Amino acid sequence: MLDILTNMLAMCIPFSVALLLASIGEMFNQRAGVFNLGCEGVMAMGAFIGMLIPFAAGGGGAVSQWYNFFGFVAAAALGAVFGIIFAVITVTFRAPQGIAGIGLQMFGVGTAGTLFRHFVGGTQSIPGIPDIDIPLLSKIPFFGDVLFSHNAMAYLAYLFIPVAMYILFKTPWGLKVRAAGTNPRAADSMGINVTRTRYEALMLGGALAGLAGAYLSIAQAKMFSDTLISGRGFIAVALVYFGHWHPLQIMGGALLFTFAQTFQTIIQSMGISFPYELAVMLPYVLVIVVLSFTSKDQTMAPSSLGKPFNREIRT
Amino acid sequence: MTRGFRIAFKAAIILIAIVAAVLIASVILWLIGAEVGATFYTICIAPLTNMLHISEVLIRAIPLCIIAIGISVAYRSGIINIGAEGQMAMGILAFTGVALAFPDVPRPVLLPLALLASVIGGGVWGYIPGILRAKLNVSELLSTVMLNYIAAQFYSLCLRTIYLDPAEQVYGTGTPQSMRLTENVWLGRITGRLHYGVIIAIVLAVLIYILMWKTTIGFRMRASGSGARAARYAGISVGFYAALSMAISGAFSGLAGGIELAGVHRRAIEGITNNYGFSGVVVALFGGLHPFGIIPASFFFGLMIYGATLAPSKVGVPANIVQVMQGIIIIVIVTAQMVLSNAYFQDRVWRKYQSLRKKEA
Repeated sequence: MLDILTNMLAMCIPFSVALLLASIGEMFNQRAGVFNLGCEGVMAMGAFIGMLIPFAAGGGGAVSQWYNFFGFVAAAALGAVFGIIFAVITVTFRAPQGIAGIGLQMFGVGTAGTLFRHFVGGTQSIPGIPDIDIPLLSKIPFFGDVLFSHNAMAYLAYLFIPVAMYILFKTPWGLKVRAAGTNPRAADSMGINVTRTRYEALMLGGALAGLAGAYLSIAQAKMFSDTLISGRGFIAVALVYFGHWHPLQIMGGALLFTFAQTFQTIIQSMGISFPYELAVMLPYVLVIVVLSFTSKDQTMAPSSLGKPFNREIRT
Repeated sequence: MTRGFRIAFKAAIILIAIVAAVLIASVILWLIGAEVGATFYTICIAPLTNMLHISEVLIRAIPLCIIAIGISVAYRSGIINIGAEGQMAMGILAFTGVALAFPDVPRPVLLPLALLASVIGGGVWGYIPGILRAKLNVSELLSTVMLNYIAAQFYSLCLRTIYLDPAEQVYGTGTPQSMRLTENVWLGRITGRLHYGVIIAIVLAVLIYILMWKTTIGFRMRASGSGARAARYAGISVGFYAALSMAISGAFSGLAGGIELAGVHRRAIEGITNNYGFSGVVVALFGGLHPFGIIPASFFFGLMIYGATLAPSKVGVPANIVQVMQGIIIIVIVTAQMVLSNAYFQDRVWRKYQSLRKKEA
């Protein structure tokens, strides 16, 4: 029994990284007042480009870790480009963010699928990145497996949480982001360039979503398919609500949802005759339940979330 | 500002939007090394060249039209329903359930009963996010997406277990599908595979036009969509109409599933929903959220979806390209709408235009 629990918990941290990165990115978007539902599409593009680079370099065989690194960099850069595209649509043209996000999602998922079929073809796997056992710490029974033997990106992602908190709460730029999302008019009158801040936040959010997608394809699945993302982008958006726009609570949420997702793996490996589909359904049901309990209380939400800012119009 | 200038301004923006959409799609096509012109020809024109193709286009336009009408009702009421995919799946399940349970009931009773079941199945699945939004302020964008995934899993669970074709159990090919439904729920066909759903779709469009523009309920729904706060001051229960519009929207998606099953497939298989739910959002926007705009829009998108199925064999372009184009179209439409409704921008262009004219004179 303890073995199973150790297995489940050991899966939690590496499997939660994609959700975590995407949610933190989305948190920056929403803190700046932009609701980016296109996260799913950006993740798909990141997953595709992240997989393409090591695949093209090694033809599916072993490659130098540098190519995986380039895959992550390219995914982040592409994600940032998508962030800029979304910023042009919603910040410059002030299009309604919900529906524009759906457009970006369709575009991203569709483009990733189209390019994948042309450049890669069928199901092709890549070697991925190795787990790093931290010396000494990984030898501790139970905790060693659960906490200290994962791949480098997983450690980096978790190290990024305090960094994200520092950026958001302690730097001038973080203050600008929060001001742009809470009261853009006041921010504007204090000389903050709201448009520019929102562009920057969307770039950062897009880059993180791209990284999250690349993590899924390079480190987690070690392949790309049309169903690789399967709603993780949307769950990431929901997690931001669940986590009350705070990195630490978002981390808790990401771990909770990943725990729910690992059920399906565990059930398969143990051979219990429990309908597989119900296990797959579980995280999605959990999202709705959690949103039902947390959405009523909007006191923590950035008060200008979803509202385009126009300094020419009095509100 | 002259009237001629206003019309010219609108036409110019729409033209720019179309050119931009075509350009972005061309870039993607160029990236995968396809012949851009030939691809557009295959997708948008080739399907119109013979009657067989046109009837296939119409078959795809029917569910699109019904779903898009439902989505436009919700959109006009201030809710974006992207859960049509799941609602359609639930409609199909309900339809199949009735058809499998009463195979011997005569057709005039069974077909309406089964269609009603699909309406209820989809309606309930649409009502859930509606009521969650109205009572608990849950973002319908997220809840409908989640319900899509839940419905998709539930759908394959049902096909694999309770609806599974007994013949499959005997021969054990393992294809998750129901048995061929009784002839008593089949929808008649006009020519080829084209079924009478086409007439149902048009009738529904007219009914929704009457509901939305000629009745109090429709007025209240549109009012709560265009200004929730003002509507509340006018004594309209915004939450109630939000939930109602989602139930209607879901009912339409469910019905689209039932009609698709009764007219085309006649047995529940995987992949009937075929992304119609998401395409429906694009069709609704493209049709200007008006039933009579949605009818031609659904034909156009039926054309694109059918054309994209021809693309892999004819020009070597994956069928996913239709999803790319739909994404581009949504983005371009919402952006162009903002530019069109921006009076400041229009004024600026007008002044520029006048100063240019003065220089010439």
